Amino acid sequence: FPERSNLAGVQHVLLVLSGKGGVGKSTISTELALALWHSGKRVGILDVDLCGPSIPRMLRVQDRAVHQCDSGWVPVLVGQDKGVSLMSIGFLLERPDDAVVWRGPKKNALIKQFVTDVAWGDLDFLIVDTPPGTSDEHISTVEALRPHRLLGAVLVTTPQ
Amino acid sequence: ECPGTGSAQAGRAAACQGCPNQGLCAAGAAGPDAAELAELRERLRAVRHKVLVLSGKGGVGKSTLSAVLAHGLAADEDKQVALLDIDICGPSIPKMMGLEGEQVHQSGSGWSPVYVEENLGVMSVGFLLGSPDDAVIWRGPKKNGLIKQFLRDVDWGEVDYLIVDTPPGTSDEHLSIVQLLSATHIDGAVIVTTPQEVSLQDVRKEINFCHKVKVPIIGVVENMSGFVCPKCKNESQIFPPTTGGAEKMCQNLNVSLLGKVPLDPQIGKSCDSGQSFLSEAPESPATLSYRNIIQRIQEYCEQHHFQEEKII
Repeated sequence: FPERSNLAGVQHVLLVLSGKGGVGKSTISTELALALWHSGKRVGILDVDLCGPSIPRMLRVQDRAVHQCDSGWVPVLVGQDKGVSLMSIGFLLERPDDAVVWRGPKKNALIKQFVTDVAWGDLDFLIVDTPPGTSDEHISTVEALRPHRLLGAVLVTTPQ
Repeated sequence: ECPGTGSAQAGRAAACQGCPNQGLCAAGAAGPDAAELAELRERLRAVRHKVLVLSGKGGVGKSTLSAVLAHGLAADEDKQVALLDIDICGPSIPKMMGLEGEQVHQSGSGWSPVYVEENLGVMSVGFLLGSPDDAVIWRGPKKNGLIKQFLRDVDWGEVDYLIVDTPPGTSDEHLSIVQLLSATHIDGAVIVTTPQEVSLQDVRKEINFCHKVKVPIIGVVENMSGFVCPKCKNESQIFPPTTGGAEKMCQNLNVSLLGKVPLDPQIGKSCDSGQSFLSEAPESPATLSYRNIIQRIQEYCEQHHFQEEKII
């Protein structure tokens, strides 16, 4: 009988996009997640920036590891009350300075796994932080999320 | 352990069993073949020095530095400079060089770069777009194809310095440019960062990338390194170097720190208006920093070239 999708308990999925790098996508993703959690919501962050994953450090969980369960990967729980859950390639690196030098197809495969194989449980919001650009990561993320409740995208810029 | 998607063992090694990417890796070589490399070697024979501008982190000033470097080197009218923008999703160079709206012309000898000055030619996907707001939503293989065309089909002519501006990251564009230029000689990479740890942590990965693909590192440039108020002359650290900044990172990783460039609102203005910052603000402390950095890059290229020629 059909397995319950890992995203079935997620009420809203929010993409944080830019196009331009270094404008504050990861910063906004983190602050948005923390603000929503402070207001009593259950929040998760999916960091699909495979080359430059910034969220683990921003939430001070860069030294944590991820574990597997029956339904896939268990996200890292952040904070004393474990209020925010996080998945990032940062947790899969052997050494923090290891470069992830992957071409598109390999990145796409991992992103699909991140979207479908993380046991998020029940969340009000899943915030998806993306790398700069309009390429493999973005196409794959949107394609993998399409069957689910995609709330929309927040776009970040600077004044220049 | 993954043998690497670009390796000859890609998709075929024992470790590949069960990897979701196995089919794709095994299906085709991710890199250029010997014939393509030979063709590129011919095409780029007349390009003396090649410098990659990399980061890992976005928005730290790669394109800004590339533009400043190009203008700085081209100030010597005897030098021929080429600026190649391989940021396909976010090409900033056309705007920064005041070339928005320009188109690429074809001739018998290939694509013609767009010239800012007689001795400064530029190529970017930006020149191939119908409108500047058109999004280039391409997956890796298509981006790689265009980068190959930029190297193979552009008639660069005789060039003293080819500067390659890259997008942030360590992915298709970076692998492709390194693999395609492996037929010839890359002088080295200039790696750009800001003082924040969030930037440095991506830049350390980029340094490891360079080691992995055997690209020499000319050095690191720290942008947005402090701000001096033009009114009260007080200095502020807008991006505090909480872990020692580029200086500490360079010490730890044994790479050169080429220089630190302070924040100057004129830099952003010049970029937006397509003017040369060095010409617009000759008295700025940032200009002085940039000039020193340009000189060090030049010295590195000339010195290593001389050593190469001695060996040959």
